[in-house]
Amino acid sequence: MNDRLPALLQAPRLQVRGLAKHFTLHLRGGARLQVLQDTALDVRAGECVALAGASGRGKSTLMKCLFGSYGSDAGSLRLESSDGVVDIATATPQRMLALRRRDIAYVSQFLRAVPRVPALDVVAQRLVDAEPSPPTDDLDDAAHAVRLEAAREVARHLLARLNLPRALWDLPPATFSGGEQQRVNIARGFVQPARLLLLDEPTASLDAANRRVVVDLIHEAKAQGAAVVGIFHDEEVRDAVADRRVELG
Amino acid sequence: MHDAMEPLLRVRGLSHRFAAARDERLAVRDAELDLFPGEVVAIVGESGSGKSTLLDCIAGRIAPTHGQVHYRDADDRWLDVHALTERQQRVLARTEWGFVEQNASDGLRLDVSAGANIGERLMGQGERHYGRLRATAQRWMERVELDTARIDDSPRAFSGGMRQRLQIARNLVTRPRLVLLDEPTSGLDVSVQARLLDLIRTLTTRMHLCALIVTHDLGVARMLAHRTLVMRHGQVVEQGLTDRVLDDPQHPYTQLLVSSVVIP
Repeated sequence: MNDRLPALLQAPRLQVRGLAKHFTLHLRGGARLQVLQDTALDVRAGECVALAGASGRGKSTLMKCLFGSYGSDAGSLRLESSDGVVDIATATPQRMLALRRRDIAYVSQFLRAVPRVPALDVVAQRLVDAEPSPPTDDLDDAAHAVRLEAAREVARHLLARLNLPRALWDLPPATFSGGEQQRVNIARGFVQPARLLLLDEPTASLDAANRRVVVDLIHEAKAQGAAVVGIFHDEEVRDAVADRRVELG
Repeated sequence: MHDAMEPLLRVRGLSHRFAAARDERLAVRDAELDLFPGEVVAIVGESGSGKSTLLDCIAGRIAPTHGQVHYRDADDRWLDVHALTERQQRVLARTEWGFVEQNASDGLRLDVSAGANIGERLMGQGERHYGRLRATAQRWMERVELDTARIDDSPRAFSGGMRQRLQIARNLVTRPRLVLLDEPTSGLDVSVQARLLDLIRTLTTRMHLCALIVTHDLGVARMLAHRTLVMRHGQVVEQGLTDRVLDDPQHPYTQLLVSSVVIP
């Protein structure tokens, strides 16, 4: 219901306050690298914020803190999840994984491919994982097969939109080109509607036609109420999707 | 799986010193661990870090010098694993728990057929019907991608990867609630490893198994584990979400481990 209110009246979907993050490089004599200091950020549902600032200013670090693959030293990262407000900075691993299944999607530049899993299932599995089947010892259980096939159908549609050649769908993406892997990654990121969508240079290795598809997908995600945080080096893409720019550092 | 959920296994203040140890060094020192239903947790570290000893203490195979291991059974009772009689421990190990050995021949009976290896736990639970036993064994051979035509063959004739898959079928056939795996993929060819990892990943997810995997291979942890613990000199030096431990390691030793991996 909240999503129907005009954007400005809503509490932000994501509210970052006082975030600090440093790295201690023990293999470099304990050198200390302060990357984020007192960082603040508000993102509303349906809004896309582009992170700006020279490289090394912590754009990717902020994204990883939001995804939980980096820890946060101080501050709060409050996300209005489908299960109430959660502070990502202090969420337990179990909670963080639940957030990733349902609420947070992260499209990085690199696909971490699981050996043997075909591209189609890399995408479909994300939908299935969002609502796991009840545990069963009947692994041939028909209900699961139906759900998986339905998820595959959605995945096929998305991979076709992203112009990934059909011949690749049933192959594991490990041997794909950079652009092909990125499209699998994008499909995986967008297949399940997210409340917080993190995009780290989602169009870096794509041609113009596929960049336009990604721009459309971002617009659709915003229309569905996603709060989007992105790093876009491609200015055309950035101008097409971002409502605001936030300078880091 | 959420915060309020009750763990399945609780390890508190667990330390172990081998009687034969030359000095006062502890093989495991003050280990603490909670395992939640449906969770896959990896323990990583180099040889001699104490990770297999910790696993053996949890499994009840070694009585720890200090500390407790508590397990919540299918009837929702908390059991003090090391206070159980040997018989009770054996029953638990055959019913609610599974243990996948690093060396498959330690976890299989090589003098009986592949089918009998899978059927053994079922028979232990009272199944006597030959046709059903055989059908279940066949279904499990298919699941772990073994040729069902070899159901009557001895695992002696199987390759390392096949034996490992048979060991997994043998353990999972009775649907245990907790599976402990000790270096399940080491010593296998890379392509065989990938197949086994994919299989373990699928089965743990679909069966909602709780699994504790000891491995020296960070790639195995990355692929299978929700959480990872890093052990060094018997101590857990770091633990957390697997990608956080591997991408944002805090402890000097974890940083060294992560930076020592050869990336193809």
